[in-house]
Amino acid sequence: MDVWHAVKQARLTLFCLCSLLILTFVYSLSTGILPVSFSAIGRTLIGQGTESERLILIDLRLPRMLLALLIGAGLAVSGTLLQGMSRNALADPGILGINAGAGLFVVLTLFFFRSATHQLPVLPFVAFVGATLVAWTIYRLAGKAVQPERLLLVGVGINALCGALLIIFQLKMDPRDFQQATVWLTGSIWQADWSSVLTLAPWIVCLVPLAFLHSRPLNLLQLSGSLPQTLGLRVEQTRKRILLIAAALAGSCVAAGGGISFIGLLAPHIARRLVGPNHYSLIPVAALLGSLLVLLADLIGKNLLAPADIPVGIVIAILGAPYFIVLLFRK
Amino acid sequence: MTTSVRPRSILTIVALTVGLLTLLSTLSLFYGAVPISRATVLASFHSFDAGNLQHQLVQEVRLPRLICAGLVGIALALSGTMMQGLTRNALADPSLLGITHGAGLGVALSLAFVSEHSFVTSLAFSFGGAALGTAVILLITVFARGRFSPVTLTVAGAALSALFSALSTGITLFHQVAQDLSFWYAGGLSGAKWAHVLVLLPVVLLGLLISLHIARSMTVLLLGEDVATGLGSSLTKVRLLGFCSIVLLAGVAVSVAGVIGFVGLIIPHISRFLVGTNYYLLLPVSALLGMTLLIASDLLARMINPPFETPLGAVTALVGVPYFLYLARRKELSV
Repeated sequence: MDVWHAVKQARLTLFCLCSLLILTFVYSLSTGILPVSFSAIGRTLIGQGTESERLILIDLRLPRMLLALLIGAGLAVSGTLLQGMSRNALADPGILGINAGAGLFVVLTLFFFRSATHQLPVLPFVAFVGATLVAWTIYRLAGKAVQPERLLLVGVGINALCGALLIIFQLKMDPRDFQQATVWLTGSIWQADWSSVLTLAPWIVCLVPLAFLHSRPLNLLQLSGSLPQTLGLRVEQTRKRILLIAAALAGSCVAAGGGISFIGLLAPHIARRLVGPNHYSLIPVAALLGSLLVLLADLIGKNLLAPADIPVGIVIAILGAPYFIVLLFRK
Repeated sequence: MTTSVRPRSILTIVALTVGLLTLLSTLSLFYGAVPISRATVLASFHSFDAGNLQHQLVQEVRLPRLICAGLVGIALALSGTMMQGLTRNALADPSLLGITHGAGLGVALSLAFVSEHSFVTSLAFSFGGAALGTAVILLITVFARGRFSPVTLTVAGAALSALFSALSTGITLFHQVAQDLSFWYAGGLSGAKWAHVLVLLPVVLLGLLISLHIARSMTVLLLGEDVATGLGSSLTKVRLLGFCSIVLLAGVAVSVAGVIGFVGLIIPHISRFLVGTNYYLLLPVSALLGMTLLIASDLLARMINPPFETPLGAVTALVGVPYFLYLARRKELSV
């Protein structure tokens, strides 16, 4: 019942977001170093395009756009879950160091098993291990913290630690690997191909609905005092499970697209403005918003200084960090 | 003010630190990637032979590096002490509050846009960046008067650092000098020469003098702003001079040694624990301890994995983060 009620209330927002997403998607497909007309896009998608149109659209642009959608949705939902489970409006997988932990594990894998770097499907699992390790550390160190900011403070420390370890290993790589690792760590999707899309897609397709199924416990967790227990929720167990899902989402996104901070912060915030705090509508709206934000950031990144590409992660950090500071003031 | 420490125990602390410092300095001269016998190291001091490569190595590489480590340690420790005093925040540190990354942005700009890249240009840009970072974080402190707990300010500093480093990475990736920036960030003191000493020495001395000049007001400030004004301290003057010394010290440290975090966080805590909160004592003791810690870290950076250097900032972070996490769990965080 809750579900239909929430979806009905949010249907206008959902509809607007979906149309906006489709418009941005198509527009982004057509722009780039070589512009492609809309009719050519239609022609190519039904298999009638020329060889070069096929190459540009199907092999280069489409996987990149799809990866942007998946990463945006994954990180946004991860942020929503973290904010919900910690009741901390400023939680984000990037700020808490979960992305850094996942990134560290991926770089370690690239460093020690260079020959195996093409075993792409392994990377999300490795990243998941790193993300979970950090999430668990944070949970142990600040699980029942009185002040929500303490959680963030622990995240700042973890970020610094992972950063220190990262730099030790990065400097030992040879320059080409290094450039690649840096670009990837700052959050870039420009080398996206179908294999990375296909690697990430199952994770997102499984985990986002799983997160959605946790909407009711998430809603209950927002209640104060011992009310959640009274209503029959096993609080600590639920929090752990939600944290695990959030870590898995963040880890798989990092493995596919590198660490993009602040998406998990921005998307849930805007979503809460649009549809309120009910997680049944919050999670889908946040997912769509996350996709939209990453897609827009990618559009900006590839057109602002064309022909050079600015990694999406940098565009989002430049927009997101000031917003985060404003949020700190507002509270 | 709360703790009064007897003169004798202060003398003991200073003597112990100086002893440790001497020991570490000697070790840094004796040990390095290239094995050099002790007799040769000593000979390079009393009978220097310009044709002897090992003498050259000691006099032109190890000695300036040691002195740079000491001076950078002083700079970082003092800037941290001033920062914690001015913001009344036990978590303040130039690397945590975005100042270091501001300086990094300056260096990124100079790498990208100055064709004749030299130490002086990078120094100037790094000062500019440090000033920008300090100005922003102090503006945030002033603007949010009372509403920002130490914890919140530190989190805001982390966001500011993220913003600065995103900008730096963007700029350097675009101009294809990203790895130069990373090497500089993690550079530590491996390239330290006498030229660096010549720049560091006057700037660090100036920073130290400014800090000592306002030491009395800084101590009084701990009693509260009203009391401090009542006792004749000009708050604006103290803040402005403190700001100058932080920019000078943090800026010069970053431009010489790259990003070295957590020294400015840990040292003031240890110093306060040892000698209390009188800034006339606190500042020199911090300087001494900072020197010791950085020389020790630099020695470690060389010894962990010879002949490769482990980035100095990584060594200090590995030491500093556990302490930071301990502080993060502590209840009282205002100085």
